[in-house]
Amino acid sequence: MTAGPVAPQRPGERAGRAGFAPVLRAEWTKFRTVRGWVIGMAAAALVTVLAGLLAASGTRVSCRGPGGQACRYLPSVPVGPGGEPVTDNFYFVHQPLTGNGSITVRVTALTGIITYPQSNPNAIVPGVEPWAKAGIIIKQNTGQGSAYAAVMVTGRHGVRMQYNYTHDEAGWPGGVSAASPRWLRLTRSGDTLTGYQSADGTHWTTVGTATLAGLSSTVQTGLFVTSPGDVQVSQGAGGGSQVHFTQASAVFDQVSLRGKSSGAWRGDAIGGGGHTDWERNHRPAGAEQSGGTFTVTGSGDIAPVVDGGSGIERTLIGALAGLIAVIVVATLFITAEYRRGLIRTTLAASPRRGRVLAAKAVVIGSATFAAGLAATALAIPLGERILRANGNHIVPVTALTELRLMAGTAALLAVAAVLALAVGATLRRSAATVAAVLAVIVLPYVLAVASILPAGVSAWLLRLTPAAAFAIQQTLPQYPQVSSAYTPANGYYPLAPWAGFAVLCGYAALALILAVFLLRKKDA
Amino acid sequence: MNAAIEVTALRKRFGPVLALDQMTFAVTPGRVTGFIGPNGAGKSTTMRVILGLDAPDRGTALVGGRPYASLERPLTQLGSLLDAAALQPSRTGRNHLLWLAHSQGLGARRVAEVIGQAGLELAARRRAGGYSLGMRQRLGIAAAMLGDPPTVMFDEPFNGMDPEGIIWMRGFLRSLARQGRAVLVSSHLMSELEDTADHLVIAGRGKVIADTSTADLLAKTSGGRVTVRTTAAQAASVLASAEAAVAPAGPQTLTVSGLPAARVVAVLSASGVTFSEVAAHRASLEEAYLELTAGAVDYRAATAGEVA
Repeated sequence: MTAGPVAPQRPGERAGRAGFAPVLRAEWTKFRTVRGWVIGMAAAALVTVLAGLLAASGTRVSCRGPGGQACRYLPSVPVGPGGEPVTDNFYFVHQPLTGNGSITVRVTALTGIITYPQSNPNAIVPGVEPWAKAGIIIKQNTGQGSAYAAVMVTGRHGVRMQYNYTHDEAGWPGGVSAASPRWLRLTRSGDTLTGYQSADGTHWTTVGTATLAGLSSTVQTGLFVTSPGDVQVSQGAGGGSQVHFTQASAVFDQVSLRGKSSGAWRGDAIGGGGHTDWERNHRPAGAEQSGGTFTVTGSGDIAPVVDGGSGIERTLIGALAGLIAVIVVATLFITAEYRRGLIRTTLAASPRRGRVLAAKAVVIGSATFAAGLAATALAIPLGERILRANGNHIVPVTALTELRLMAGTAALLAVAAVLALAVGATLRRSAATVAAVLAVIVLPYVLAVASILPAGVSAWLLRLTPAAAFAIQQTLPQYPQVSSAYTPANGYYPLAPWAGFAVLCGYAALALILAVFLLRKKDA
Repeated sequence: MNAAIEVTALRKRFGPVLALDQMTFAVTPGRVTGFIGPNGAGKSTTMRVILGLDAPDRGTALVGGRPYASLERPLTQLGSLLDAAALQPSRTGRNHLLWLAHSQGLGARRVAEVIGQAGLELAARRRAGGYSLGMRQRLGIAAAMLGDPPTVMFDEPFNGMDPEGIIWMRGFLRSLARQGRAVLVSSHLMSELEDTADHLVIAGRGKVIADTSTADLLAKTSGGRVTVRTTAAQAASVLASAEAAVAPAGPQTLTVSGLPAARVVAVLSASGVTFSEVAAHRASLEEAYLELTAGAVDYRAATAGEVA
């Protein structure tokens, strides 16, 4: 080998404005020139898409009649004004109201029963479900899912003003009794509906105001009672939850209606009312009128559907497999250098050790994000199409939420890759690193969502471990005014999407800081 | 003249082992400096300290007057090869050089140049995992030359090389020195370096035992031994009276030290002693080296008096 003559060495010469860019470029060249790593990253994307599509293809909802023949139609879920699926089941004593007007009542009692509760599983016990509702409502029509505004008393959440299924505003706390009744008033003025509360029928305060755009001139108004199922989340191993049928009865008097109305009350069980054998045989939903006093009994809810497991994120079930592949590739990106002694060559070429690790983190994070984004951008629309074609109900989401699901899942993979890199730089061993990272992110996630652990423990795992980041995948809204099993198994996370993601970012940042500290301190 | 590499009073302890103990030497441009010593003398540790890979407990190592870690594009200042096996097996030789080039702001053209200079054209696009040891050495040397550095440093470059490769390597090292570069080459075998190194730094047990030009070391150690072949019984006493140390070295053979060969001939001739042969025995560097490092390979304490 021959080499050219040597340029004279000038002491103190700054050899270029090197900086971070060359280190970054070198690490990128390193990554892309090991075929196994590139294939591994592509495989992570592929398995994310394919596992999602496979799961979607295998989930088929079919409906068979009692004789085994196919149903004429699939049961349809009512949809609210906002496009979301809703529950719209209650007993309604109503009459039409045309133009502006108002309805006023006094509620003197709210009672109910709960069937076979966990505390007493063989009995039907008296009790009011916390979100049992009794009050007055102005509703577009008696069809399920139509626009409405209502002001009501509840089992344990005081006076509320609710409208169009998802909106809920609190009024005075406390229940009702003959000694301490609640007066309620709802007025319509154009598209604006205002709810009022009063203790004596004289002094009124506003609970809330709703604007129902496009409300027709003639609407239905009257008294309503409903009571949702009582949800019990099991705290034992195995998780799970049970829902128990409940019913509520309320006593109304001092009913007055202002405006153009027919004057004749009519009772209807909106949504068909209760259908259990028990209810049919014992105490049907309905209304009794005695003088000016109405006793109305009903079951159901006027609320958004909380439909665990039917979020669009189920199309990303394959991301877990993709995550495992990403963790392996990110680990090898650093531990392979330790295994071969190549780390010395790297650090001789780039003596700023913090820069080297930062460059590696940027490279593996960006490569993973790109692969992850390609995977989620394919898996979500394709999986959604397959699921819908197979008759599955998927809760619709806004474009922004879908974007958050796509980019957030890709970011989750990317930050997990950085975490694996940092742990790898600290442990310097491939197998130990992969095991450690799987143990802190994949294992808690699986334990929590597979209902292996009690719901409370699962929730804490998803607050404290890096697996909290899976909250970024939750698209199902959690409504405080709807009792449900908001458990990880049903797709509900204890932290908000970006808060959960921030937990993972925190772990990755700490691991990276520790890795840089050790890399600087220890001999290579 | 500014030293290309300057190592001052390096001290480093690995647990109970004192790996470096006041290691001090300098490497100057235009010549090959052999860094020689038995295994465990601290050669590799010193080189890692020079590259900023290991931190010394005490002392400094400067490259071109600055700590290596402060250099912005260090491969343009000091090219090195510590471990030819330090390769990602699934990456091609060319791509190995490419990422190194990118780390120094260099491009693919420079990679092609060093591949050509190292004679790696045929192997460059194959995975490095399939390279023979000799090919790995060539790849490592190509990597060291990427930045066209004024100073190069090779740790045991002859290891695993076939005789042809050793000859090539010697020529290569000398050509680098002729170009004005400073060259530091380590070895645990003097025979690998004796025809190549202009200067020798002999290390043992973490310190420098001798820091000398090759010529000086040879002159100093080849002074004394002459073999005399004679049948005359009085030869030994004649030479002893001329203040030479005489020892029988076989039948009719004496080893004489303390007198140059010309004096031996003169003394014997003046006394009328007949002899059939007088041969000046040039001590090899190998012997000089073994003598110097005798105290360093076993675990007796090396005394300060051994330091040249």
